[in-house]
Amino acid sequence: MKAPPYAVLKGLTFTIALVPAARLAYRIYTNDLGVNPAETLQLDTGGWALKFLLITLAISPLRRLSGWNRIIQYRRMLGLFAFFYACLHFLTYIVLDKYFAFGEMVADVAKRPFITAGFVAFVTMIPLAVTSTKGWIRRLGRRWQTLHRLIYVSGVAAAIHFIWKVKVVIGEPVYYAAALGVLLGFRIVWHLRSR
Amino acid sequence: MLIKTARVIPSREITDEPVYLRRREFMRVAGGAAFAAAVAPLVACASEPSAAEPQATGPFAKPQLPLAGYKEKAVATDETLNTFDQITGYNNFYEFGTGKSDPKRYSGSLKTSPWTVKVDGLCNKPADYHLDDLIKPIQLEERIYRLRCVEAWSMVIPWIGVPLNEVIKRAEPTAKAAFVEFTTLLRPSEMPGQNTGSLDWPYVEGLRLDEAMHPLTILAVGLYGKTLMPANGAPIRLVVPWKYGFKSAKSIVRIRFVEKQPKTAWNLATPSEYGFYSNVNPEVDHPRWSQKYERRLPSFFQNHPTQMFNGYSEVASLYAGMDLRRNY
Repeated sequence: MKAPPYAVLKGLTFTIALVPAARLAYRIYTNDLGVNPAETLQLDTGGWALKFLLITLAISPLRRLSGWNRIIQYRRMLGLFAFFYACLHFLTYIVLDKYFAFGEMVADVAKRPFITAGFVAFVTMIPLAVTSTKGWIRRLGRRWQTLHRLIYVSGVAAAIHFIWKVKVVIGEPVYYAAALGVLLGFRIVWHLRSR
Repeated sequence: MLIKTARVIPSREITDEPVYLRRREFMRVAGGAAFAAAVAPLVACASEPSAAEPQATGPFAKPQLPLAGYKEKAVATDETLNTFDQITGYNNFYEFGTGKSDPKRYSGSLKTSPWTVKVDGLCNKPADYHLDDLIKPIQLEERIYRLRCVEAWSMVIPWIGVPLNEVIKRAEPTAKAAFVEFTTLLRPSEMPGQNTGSLDWPYVEGLRLDEAMHPLTILAVGLYGKTLMPANGAPIRLVVPWKYGFKSAKSIVRIRFVEKQPKTAWNLATPSEYGFYSNVNPEVDHPRWSQKYERRLPSFFQNHPTQMFNGYSEVASLYAGMDLRRNY
């Protein structure tokens, strides 16, 4: 059997990556967000931002382990989806939590480590999203690779943000942090081996 | 608010006659106390279930029973009430899990009958009470209270219960008693959250004796005219409306009078974030988030200004001269 063409697979991945957003939109439309709709939106968008960040970070290890080199062609799209969900998540903070009180947001970022971590995770994704185009990749050359290591910072900050959000550190935040630990562990091992 | 509550109750004057005389329904209260004293030997019973009591077996074996004869709107507010579904479907009760819908989802098999509450410690009349015997002698009241969670969301809830001070007076705490400690049921077989290490079990909460004696402090047994749902702390829970929600211990099996400040669950878990007092205070932030505004559910926006003592300013005198920033 012939493998399906690349464009089809990529289109399929794109569609699947949109499912969480579509589902959330549907839940808003049908008024099915539960007793605390703001929290549902916030947890869901934040959760998917972190999941896509981890999926993006899993691409290189998967490529190395499986030898499936073309998987790298999905990395940019998955990374941009992580940024997309992070934008939605950040928007819930600005609108639902702070209701555009920018002064308070600045104070939050400055004095609350939990918010600072989330903010760092988001802000470090911005240059990565901006420089994800072919033009920027060409322009930056070798420096592009270095710049895009910022995703490690973003991932660590996001995992910490989730841990600091909960009152008791068990369950989900721990699993995500562990998954991130494994994914970053690959990089550390590769780095040590290549020396 | 429809009734005026006593303004000042210094902690050492609680059982004194002048304070007693100031109460609204002195005759009823005195009658109730006399009745309680008369039946005290009868209600001091063993914790064994009596044979006549119907035995609950499954999740839906005991539907919520209607409560009759309660005094409507003994304390009320003109704010919009949250619905029964909101109140019973979204709350924290870590005995059933850390998620907000876990209490409703996993509390179905909690057996709340028979139920015994041990009242002991530094008091003259310690006893093990069947729930009915603890509550029946006291007039049930509907108390419509705001509930402010430490997580910055809030609701308005029509509880039904009895003033805790009635129960305390019956036990006659001794002069040494300065605090009251409340213990939640420990039964991991019916409370799945207790099989995790999220908190040290059983859940323990505490109040200073004068806080416990304040007329606003109640032991709730009902909600919206019916007995409590297990998710909300059936069959009996504390409600202290001027403190963050976690202070109001649920499914209480023991009320103990002690000399020293009790070691409470959240304070033990994270002392820097959850103090013993935990009064609602917009000026003292949680280390990780602001307490200035709350989200009045089901609103999308966290823009409802939080009030000092959750709007129950009559409790302010309990804390006269105290630095509430240090005693958070």
